[in-house]
Amino acid sequence: MTLNLEPNLSDPDGFYEALLKAHEGLSDKESVELNARLVLVLANQIGDPDTLAAAIEAAK
Amino acid sequence: MTLQGRYPVALRLYPYRRSDDQDAATPARHPVVVAGGGPTGLAAALDLGRKGHRVVVLDDHEGVGLGSRAICFSKRTLEIAHRLGPGPGMLDGGVIWQKGRVFRDRDEIYSFDLLPEEGHRYPAFINLSQVQFEKFLFEAIEHARADGAEIEIRGGNRVDALDASPDGIRIEVMTPEGAYSLEADWLIACDGARSPVRNMLGLGFKGRVFEDNFLIADVRMTADFPTERWFWFEPWFRSGDSALLHKQPDDIWRIDFQIGWDIDRDQELKEENILARVDAMLGTGVEYELVWSSIYTFQCRRMERFRHGRVLFAGDSAHQVSPYGARGANSGVQDAENLAWKLDFVIGGLAPETLLDGYDAERIHAADENILNSTRSTDFLTPKSEISRTFRDAVLTLAARHAFARPLVNSGRLSVPCAYDGLPGFGPDMLRQPARSRPGAPAPDAPVGDGYLLDLLGGEFTLLGLGLDVPESTQVDGISVAGLALSDASISDLLRERYLGETASAAYLFRPDQHVVARWRELDLEAVRTSVRNAVGKGGE
Repeated sequence: MTLNLEPNLSDPDGFYEALLKAHEGLSDKESVELNARLVLVLANQIGDPDTLAAAIEAAK
Repeated sequence: MTLQGRYPVALRLYPYRRSDDQDAATPARHPVVVAGGGPTGLAAALDLGRKGHRVVVLDDHEGVGLGSRAICFSKRTLEIAHRLGPGPGMLDGGVIWQKGRVFRDRDEIYSFDLLPEEGHRYPAFINLSQVQFEKFLFEAIEHARADGAEIEIRGGNRVDALDASPDGIRIEVMTPEGAYSLEADWLIACDGARSPVRNMLGLGFKGRVFEDNFLIADVRMTADFPTERWFWFEPWFRSGDSALLHKQPDDIWRIDFQIGWDIDRDQELKEENILARVDAMLGTGVEYELVWSSIYTFQCRRMERFRHGRVLFAGDSAHQVSPYGARGANSGVQDAENLAWKLDFVIGGLAPETLLDGYDAERIHAADENILNSTRSTDFLTPKSEISRTFRDAVLTLAARHAFARPLVNSGRLSVPCAYDGLPGFGPDMLRQPARSRPGAPAPDAPVGDGYLLDLLGGEFTLLGLGLDVPESTQVDGISVAGLALSDASISDLLRERYLGETASAAYLFRPDQHVVARWRELDLEAVRTSVRNAVGKGGE
């Protein structure tokens, strides 16, 4: 699997809204923690180590 | 003087004139009164007047307010204006655009093309000042009057009090020569976001106010910027958190600056301070003239119901959205078109009053869609928390490097007309495809002969046979359904793609507002009659 950096979200605005909603009412620390958990959940979904390494590079 | 202007008037199109009603011994009764002469009110009056109804428009001013305010008029609005007359003039007078660019600082991070397809009479958008848009509608009303339409616009007539009952509405009106009363069978309230009619009836207007201010300036300059929508996040000229530049006709440019929540309004509105911001944006040596400016906050609100007995709310009085999506004036005109044919049918005894509840349901559906899109855009422009800003900035950073993040950049999602999916009064859908012409959707335009399909759907129920014969006219409980048959040979490729897809032939039923009611593979007139009855609110009978 190669890292897909082309648009892939079927509903970008809906996803973005859901993401912000998940953070509503959280303190800064709680938000950072939520993000950390979310990254780990999504990483598990990807699974492939090369893809994950490429994703880390792309985000840097 | 008993009337004080709330805003300066740009064009004094309908100066106050004494009407006979002011000298009547008992209040005159009118079938339809429209409160407010903005884009929505004028469109409603024009549509109903052309359908043969006597309409009185009450406007507390004597013409079009100063300032361009709405500038982007959508394809659907132009199609409605085409049916009402002034569409071609608007197109000639407007600036056609389709491209938008989004910058962060100096770097372009994203661009979009509204990709106007072939085979539509009108483009996705034109820019035209609201002053000119209203003038076009006013002139169309003048033409309709010359042809016998009974539309009367009373300038300098302010609605001061209302008594709404199940039988009608008594309206107290103030004029420069004092007060008078009149009565109406139906009142359409198109009196803007601060709607006095709404307030007089004690009705709520719930929603969100976004904690930010936007300075809006129209400048006149001969510049060679392209006819594109340019939007900056964190602009290099360091004036505001974001800025927008967009061309209008006659060398007028619209500029918006996002200037934050804690501002001194009077200070910001001083000409020298506005000029300093514009200078920073345009650079030195650009000659321009400030034409109009204002400061506004973003708000997304709507009424719980748009119909209150015999009072119907349309446009900003019913729903308010933040700008950048071209969803204000455009949705108002679409409200007017949705309401006009229904009120026409109810007044004419062709449909029960409950048809007006369909106006309520459909336009609330549309308002919610507009509010959803506008809220999302505004949340992106004006992050309401630290984490929200962090994500926003991450999107902007990634968008400059990777395509995937670009669809997340939200500087306004531009208005497309609403399909009334899942609402009563539509169906059946015996074709299942193409999706864009499904029941509930506004009819997509397509070439037919030397003209266009929408030209042929002229404001009444229409039964279209594609490769099928249909009767020239079908009567359903007094409702005339016009027939339009196109033989296989006369179906253009684009018409086929948009209406037939994988099917060889089909019958489509359209409402007077050009929305698709139902579609079939074969013609079954009994099924057509049932769908017409459903569409006018007689489904339960």
